[in-house]
Amino acid sequence: MTTNIKRRVFLKGSVAAGTVGIAVGAGLLAPQAVLAAWPKAAFEAKSIDDALKNAMGDASSSASDAIKIKAPDIAENGAVVPVSVSASLDGAESIALLAEGNAQPLVATFAMGAGALADVSTRIKMGKTSDVIAIVKAGGKLHSARKSVKVTIGGCGG
Amino acid sequence: MAKKSIKIRAKLKGDTTQVKTLMTHPMETGLRKDKKTGKLIPAHFINEVTAESGGKTVMTAYWSGGISKNPYLSFSFDGASAGDEVTISWKDNQGGSDSASAKIK
Amino acid sequence: MRLRTFAAAAVCALAATTVMADKRAADTSPAEDLKTYRDYFQKRFPGVPLNEFGNGVYAIDNVSRDSWNAVEEFPPYEPMIEAGQAIWDARFANGKRLGSCFGGDPAQRGNFPYWDAKRKMVVTLPLAINECLESNGEPPLPYRKGRIADLLAFMSYRSRGQKINVEIPDDPDAIAAYNAGKSFYFARRGQLNFSCAHCHFESAGMNVRTDVLSPALGHTSGWPVYRSKWGELGTLHRRFAGCNRRVRAKPFAAQGTEYRNLEYFLSHVSNGIEYNGPSARK
Ligand code: HEC
Repeated sequence: MTTNIKRRVFLKGSVAAGTVGIAVGAGLLAPQAVLAAWPKAAFEAKSIDDALKNAMGDASSSASDAIKIKAPDIAENGAVVPVSVSASLDGAESIALLAEGNAQPLVATFAMGAGALADVSTRIKMGKTSDVIAIVKAGGKLHSARKSVKVTIGGCGG
Repeated sequence: MAKKSIKIRAKLKGDTTQVKTLMTHPMETGLRKDKKTGKLIPAHFINEVTAESGGKTVMTAYWSGGISKNPYLSFSFDGASAGDEVTISWKDNQGGSDSASAKIK
Repeated sequence: MRLRTFAAAAVCALAATTVMADKRAADTSPAEDLKTYRDYFQKRFPGVPLNEFGNGVYAIDNVSRDSWNAVEEFPPYEPMIEAGQAIWDARFANGKRLGSCFGGDPAQRGNFPYWDAKRKMVVTLPLAINECLESNGEPPLPYRKGRIADLLAFMSYRSRGQKINVEIPDDPDAIAAYNAGKSFYFARRGQLNFSCAHCHFESAGMNVRTDVLSPALGHTSGWPVYRSKWGELGTLHRRFAGCNRRVRAKPFAAQGTEYRNLEYFLSHVSNGIEYNGPSARK
């Protein structure tokens, strides 16, 4: 399947109703409406690329040091890894947060609405040592950053 | 589920409101086995969190079971004043939901 | 196999220490012990203020301290403090409330554990709570987690800042209870043949598998604890049982004589440190 077809699948699958899609196209709705339903295919994807294509519409991103990831070098317990992502990119619309080593790498997406800054914190599960990846969509392009986190007690099993 | 499953703290610093919220939820991935029975514990996780203030959606988050049990989320937005309300709502994959509001301090 | 590596490490550490080699518990007084142990840990971890020891391993492990701080910023036990308050506020069938046994004040942490001279036993806060419930015709709460942990979270939260201040009265029975707790702490047990002190005295600051071992000093201050591993709150005696099991020894009953005496001893070791429960641990 080519990227293009996937992207179309993404649009169809994740926009609640056709009319919403049109409304977005016409600029009637705030950008957060783009992700109007839980992107199942993205969250169930086993690879980073598939997850990103389904969640962000594209898998290619350019590394950016305007994105800062705060996460521990060594996670105390993979069940609770505090992660913060902030970006000083103009027009940041959404953020995808991934744990590269997880069976299903996409952990969360955040769509910034009215006045929201690209600055979120949460706590995630990590099954093993790997990179935490943050993808920020700004100006229609994907920007990325990663930070490695060593996990000694995995958080996905028992 | 606890009666109040959402705790919110919202503070204004300069023009920016920082919202911190803690939700009570098991966040089961569906990939974990019950230690006693050996059976898979069914997936049960918050998959959508929305934040509203002043009638506008300020944040929409989609989650997997990869967010830790009793999830924490913080985010920031501009344009609100002290005394305004922030409303946080979540929905989970089993049809559960909850919502709570707090005043910005 | 990993265990063996650790065992070897602990033995090495053991050779280097003189804290309480093969003395009998009764050889030193509680007051002497307090000084010896405190000095030992303060020498071992120079620059760590006494009160910091109330933060367990995070007092001495900067790597994990960052994650811990991030979690304590909006800690997962917060909703449980509220749940505990609801239990505190609830009326019994007879119309009274828990407060009727505690002078109406939930900030009780600093008053426990204490020696009850009449009954010749150590009374801990969870024990006093259940005795209160039972004397009012209410069913007692299971001791390891759940409602009692919520209630303790609320009461401990209200008690934050009180200091551990356990008195061992000059009463042979009280001293015997203290010494029983102390002997328990230094006695080898389980298939691994380890004492509590092997890990939390001699090997404090060293690694066992993926853990850094916390010093015994301050061990009773932060309870109840929300452990990420448990995904819920648990009580001090639940942790005692876990540490017994860790060396493949049979745990004792929560709030039984053994663990109450142990808590008496361990609390006294930590005198002067502030109660700061509830807290979060990995
Ligand atoms: C084989 C080593 C080992 C032995 C023996 C052991 N523990 Fe532990 N204990 C640990 C580890 C590892 C932890 C978790 C990390 C830490 O806080 O030290 C822990 C944690 C604790 C804690 C929680 C500290 C906190 O701040 O959260 C207490 C209390 C405790 N142990 C008491 C005991 C008691 C009492 C005994 C004897 C019955 C004992 N331990 C025996 C390894 C041990």
